[in-house]
Amino acid sequence: MAELSKDKLRWIYERMRLIREFEDRTAQLFAAGKIPGFVHLYAGEEAIAVGVCALLTDADYITSTHRGHGHCIAKGVDVREMMAELYGKATGSCKGKGGSMHIADVEKGMLGANGIVGAGGPLACGSALMAKVKGTDQVTVCFFGDGAAEQGTMHESMNLASIWKLPVIFVCENNGYAQTTPAHYHCAAKDIADRATAYNMPGFVVDGTDVFAVYEAANEAIARARRGEGPTLLECKAFRYYGHFQGDNMSYFSEEEIAANRARDPIEKFKKRVLERGLMTEQELAEIDAWAKKEVDEAVKFAEESPYPALEEVYTDVYVSYP
Amino acid sequence: MSTRVIQFREAINEALRLEMRRDPTVILMGEDISGGAKTHLEEKGTEAWGGDLGVTKGLAIEFGRERVRDTPISESAFIGAAVGAASTGLRPVVELMFVDFFGVCMDQIFNQGGKLRYMFGGKAKVPMVIRTLIGAGFRAAAQHSAVLYSVFAHMPGLKCVVPSTPYNAKGLLIAAIRDDDPVMYFEHLVLLDTTGPVPEGEYIIPLGKAEIARPGKDATVVAIGRMRLFAMQAADELAKEGIDVEVVDPLSISPLDESTILESVKKTRRLVVVDEDNPRCSVANDIVTLAAQQAFDYLDAPPQTVTAPHTPVPFSPVLEDAYIPSPAKIAAAVRAVVA
Repeated sequence: MAELSKDKLRWIYERMRLIREFEDRTAQLFAAGKIPGFVHLYAGEEAIAVGVCALLTDADYITSTHRGHGHCIAKGVDVREMMAELYGKATGSCKGKGGSMHIADVEKGMLGANGIVGAGGPLACGSALMAKVKGTDQVTVCFFGDGAAEQGTMHESMNLASIWKLPVIFVCENNGYAQTTPAHYHCAAKDIADRATAYNMPGFVVDGTDVFAVYEAANEAIARARRGEGPTLLECKAFRYYGHFQGDNMSYFSEEEIAANRARDPIEKFKKRVLERGLMTEQELAEIDAWAKKEVDEAVKFAEESPYPALEEVYTDVYVSYP
Repeated sequence: MSTRVIQFREAINEALRLEMRRDPTVILMGEDISGGAKTHLEEKGTEAWGGDLGVTKGLAIEFGRERVRDTPISESAFIGAAVGAASTGLRPVVELMFVDFFGVCMDQIFNQGGKLRYMFGGKAKVPMVIRTLIGAGFRAAAQHSAVLYSVFAHMPGLKCVVPSTPYNAKGLLIAAIRDDDPVMYFEHLVLLDTTGPVPEGEYIIPLGKAEIARPGKDATVVAIGRMRLFAMQAADELAKEGIDVEVVDPLSISPLDESTILESVKKTRRLVVVDEDNPRCSVANDIVTLAAQQAFDYLDAPPQTVTAPHTPVPFSPVLEDAYIPSPAKIAAAVRAVVA
């Protein structure tokens, strides 16, 4: 923690706050019928995306999941373009053609949210292979959920990354549920991180609600990848405030569980820690809270004022060329 | 450019070799494409196999293991890795050993490779090639013999190429590797041993351009892949009866060169489509629809199709031979449309 500069601490809080604000607002807009389609919210898991992405540059890559808004914001994707994408507007990150489940910004190293559970593992091996073949020090972080941990693609990908020593960091975001199915039911292992042993890579369980713990674990894993020593599996245990998707009544959560989750809120944890240690002030934090709210206000305004795509856009961008 | 007679498999090998020499971002991945990883090449300086059928032979020796990668039997992982690598700056050519294996990796092919550009609003490209074996005739039974390219042609975002001669195998593969979209390249198992004249250097046969394999005036036979060879045999037979057949080889089935097919149909006024794929929702029926919708007034007879039946490929040699369209069946279909 000592190595975190004031600027980095500010950046971490800004990103976590921005994610929370973005997700809470998205929930409201979805309920109001302004955002169509399927929306999966990241609130509660902010410390994972932010703690990991704090160590990446624009040249590094991430692969994401259906719950991708937090990864986008942590990787620096523009929130106005993100909100416009959720609205299906022409100014969206993907010109309104992807929506919440496919937000991407390749220039920022964000290789896409993904509607297919476990699909990011192979893609992450690919961008990591590119870096290896070209001899760069770029790394790829593969975010995936506890549900995806049960997909064959993830097992194949961890094995492939290990035998080829690919610079991938597999970050399992264990929020406790694959849709409604609890991890203690769907996962035969005690901890998903235990599986790292089978793929001959380091594996660690991390408190995914503690951004400092995530940062520290990711720091070593990323350094190892940049040194060419291969992949690492981090299992970050956390929770989500919202349902699997918006509209999910969360009947599978108990009152006690929800109360316990509130008590380990990653943003409150961060605030407590920096205030106790005198690293940031109440006023600095409040200023960032106000900034995040304003950013999201502007994003919503931008999205609402933006035009829908022209109907011809149905037919474009399928191929680079198709005679 | 001097021309020699070489095998179909050598033509593919040559295309890969020339493109790998020309462009350092071209890499190969697949099961046993070199063979004996960590033993043969490293210790003996030779490959164990060079691919199941020797198509990629010698490439690991020239380009090394970094660019010619034997993979675990993890088709999802390495085909998905090709998508990830293609969208970040490489031009991977991967081998799906048999097309029948697509069931274990289809998500990475069509949900990732085929849709990524569209989902990202055109802000990415996926320049990759998936080479895969197709075709009956090897007594390889139901899980190693199908054609199935119609499945892929159905999917937006993928291009599909079906070479039929050593010459077009080379030119189409070079075009596919240089193409900026994901291309499925279907190699017929039985064709790998065939030979033909092939120029030594690099040349391109553009994707989406059909070839008139044999000009004629009485009936158009559109024949895909190996079926072109059978159509040519049937045409020779029919010539003796005074029937002058035009054979059109689409070469690409997505994009499909509709205008060359339509021009031919409008000229001959009769159409037979020959396709080794199963008939439901197939390229063969797609071509018949094309003629029905855009050349109806020119047709003097209902178009015919000669295809595999709606069954898996049987094992017993007598059954497999009955399964595959034959020159005799093609000739009969042509006689029916010219009658």
